[in-house]
Amino acid sequence: MEEKTGGSPGPKTGLKETIRLFFSRAPLLGWFFGALLAVALEQWVGYDLSDLLGLPKIPVLFGCVLALKKPAMLPGALGYVLAIYILPVTIVARLTAPWANRIAARLFDLPRWVCVMVYLLFFYAILHIWADISAYRELTLKLTLIAVLLTLSLNIINGYMGEFSCSHPGFMAIGAYVASTVSVYFFVDDKLFGTAVFSGVPGWLVFPVALFVGGVAASISALVVAIPSFKTRGDYLAIISLAFMFIVKSAIENLEVVGGSRGLGNQPDWANLFTVFAWTAAGIWVINNFVTSTMGKALNAVRDDEIAASAMTVNTRRVKIIAFLFSAFWAGVAGGLFAHVIRYVNPGTFGIQKLAEVLAMVYFGGLNSVYGSIVGALSLSVLGEVLRPLELFKWIIIPLALILVMIYRPRGLVAFKEFKVENLVRPRGKR
Amino acid sequence: MALLEIENMTHYFGGLRAVHNYGLALDPGQIRGLIGPNGAGKTTIFNLITGIYQPSEGSLLMDGKSISGLQPHEIASRGMCRTFQNLRLWRHMTVLEHVMMARHSKIGYGLVGAFFGSSRRHREEAAIERKARDILEVAEIDHLADKMVADLPYGAQRRVEMARALSAEPKILFLDEPTAGMNPEELIRMMEIIRLVHKDLGIAIFLIEHRLKMVMELCEMIQTLVFGEVIAEGTPDEIQNNPMVIDAYLGKEIID
Repeated sequence: MEEKTGGSPGPKTGLKETIRLFFSRAPLLGWFFGALLAVALEQWVGYDLSDLLGLPKIPVLFGCVLALKKPAMLPGALGYVLAIYILPVTIVARLTAPWANRIAARLFDLPRWVCVMVYLLFFYAILHIWADISAYRELTLKLTLIAVLLTLSLNIINGYMGEFSCSHPGFMAIGAYVASTVSVYFFVDDKLFGTAVFSGVPGWLVFPVALFVGGVAASISALVVAIPSFKTRGDYLAIISLAFMFIVKSAIENLEVVGGSRGLGNQPDWANLFTVFAWTAAGIWVINNFVTSTMGKALNAVRDDEIAASAMTVNTRRVKIIAFLFSAFWAGVAGGLFAHVIRYVNPGTFGIQKLAEVLAMVYFGGLNSVYGSIVGALSLSVLGEVLRPLELFKWIIIPLALILVMIYRPRGLVAFKEFKVENLVRPRGKR
Repeated sequence: MALLEIENMTHYFGGLRAVHNYGLALDPGQIRGLIGPNGAGKTTIFNLITGIYQPSEGSLLMDGKSISGLQPHEIASRGMCRTFQNLRLWRHMTVLEHVMMARHSKIGYGLVGAFFGSSRRHREEAAIERKARDILEVAEIDHLADKMVADLPYGAQRRVEMARALSAEPKILFLDEPTAGMNPEELIRMMEIIRLVHKDLGIAIFLIEHRLKMVMELCEMIQTLVFGEVIAEGTPDEIQNNPMVIDAYLGKEIID
């Protein structure tokens, strides 16, 4: 019919197109094999190689931090990244493509959830081995995963529903404090709350409960914003939600029971990488389920034309309130995870800075898109860590990147793209 | 008994009386027209019936039950769906999604199903999609199912609106200038679709239209509205020969 559109634009396809074709036959599984080899390689020869290249230790975030701190190390860092990551990943992905495709096809025939589970576990294994190198890596990874969850939850409101909410740091704070209170009060001997009510209960059993309670608390508090602001449409939500964020912050500052502005610490060490990964994956799964159902697409209808939506049997107010509570729930869960990763929270964390951060992630990554949220949260949190050595200049470069994205892709990097697991896990190369 | 019965409906915009003592008795399966010069209040009447505005006075009964004070989505769920004069489509959604969305109130899988993707949800979504595709076929836009509405030509967008309204399974379909901006060819196809909806699906139709020829051809009964008041009601023949209607459209001859 028509010529294939999209992909790399223009006629100067030559090299780019060749490379794209070269790798288009490799399924996700093939890339996973490559990544697995890369992280394993790092474990085996990482130290020796970085010694050889004159690096002080294994570059933590792909050599960027190192190269920025000591520009003389740049060639060494580049060589390391090339030898450990880029070459093994691409070569293995390409070489294993034929039989990776065969395995992928076999997996694709299994019930979908089994297939997805296998992929997720594989992916987790790669991340785990990668993060095993240093505690800093693990922490960065955990915080990035939490940022993904938080960004996605805000995208429900600002992207899918097209309203502008500023209250997510508030929900996160409520989730963090409630989840922390539950876990500290009931399960830990602590100066603030005294001895634990229950002791000797395994963390993996009660941590989900604490997080869930935190999420529900955030969700209930969201009603305070939702009920007055969804009577009409317009800027009310932005203003009310901003006020809500400040109210929550100063309320916690004045609440001596949970430590006031000194903060609340001593959270049990329950949020290991696996837990954070599992909750983030679950959050993405549930949110994606919701926004791809006809019920969830009502959000898009409300955004694009509310009168038309209500004339087509959509109870717009109910839809908006549900979406808002749902979004607040995940923000609360992200807050609970955050508190247990850092193992200390104070109200100052959940201020305007956090808001700017998460809004930037949403708009940078792309509205109305799960991919967008993942890309936005990942790129901005990694960028934030990588540019750390530049100190003040970091706050020039990141906003500059944001402005450029807003100019060239006003709705974000990957906006309005439906997240389909099928497309990810499908075997490739059947043309 | 009439399917939709309206008595003495009056509406003010501030001090302006937009609709005065409007009355209507629409029978099941009837096809009716509402004509009048620009600014006569035709679209306001649609907005009043479908709940977008609340009438200042008057009673609205559907199937003998009062519908005044209900929200637009409640009225739509009771079987009164409409199209809009200035298309109100959802920019970022595909044609198929539009038609599926109109079945929103009929979804039975609930929030839990939506969150966790229960098998009931998959069954229901599949059923909704099947029905939506059937309706797209009726409206002759099944080949456009996966297109974004913003990319479609105007005539096709009008048909998407119509298909979307049909998808909610209305008893009465309100069409606000269904052929506005269409070329003669599109116009003929639209008239065929309206006839088909009326005859085969047995849906009552109430339409606003400026092309008098089309209204005369399609409708069983016609009301003429001038400055918010019905000045004439009758069959196409009666309306065509009513001197007041002719006056309203052509103006009075001044004889000194």
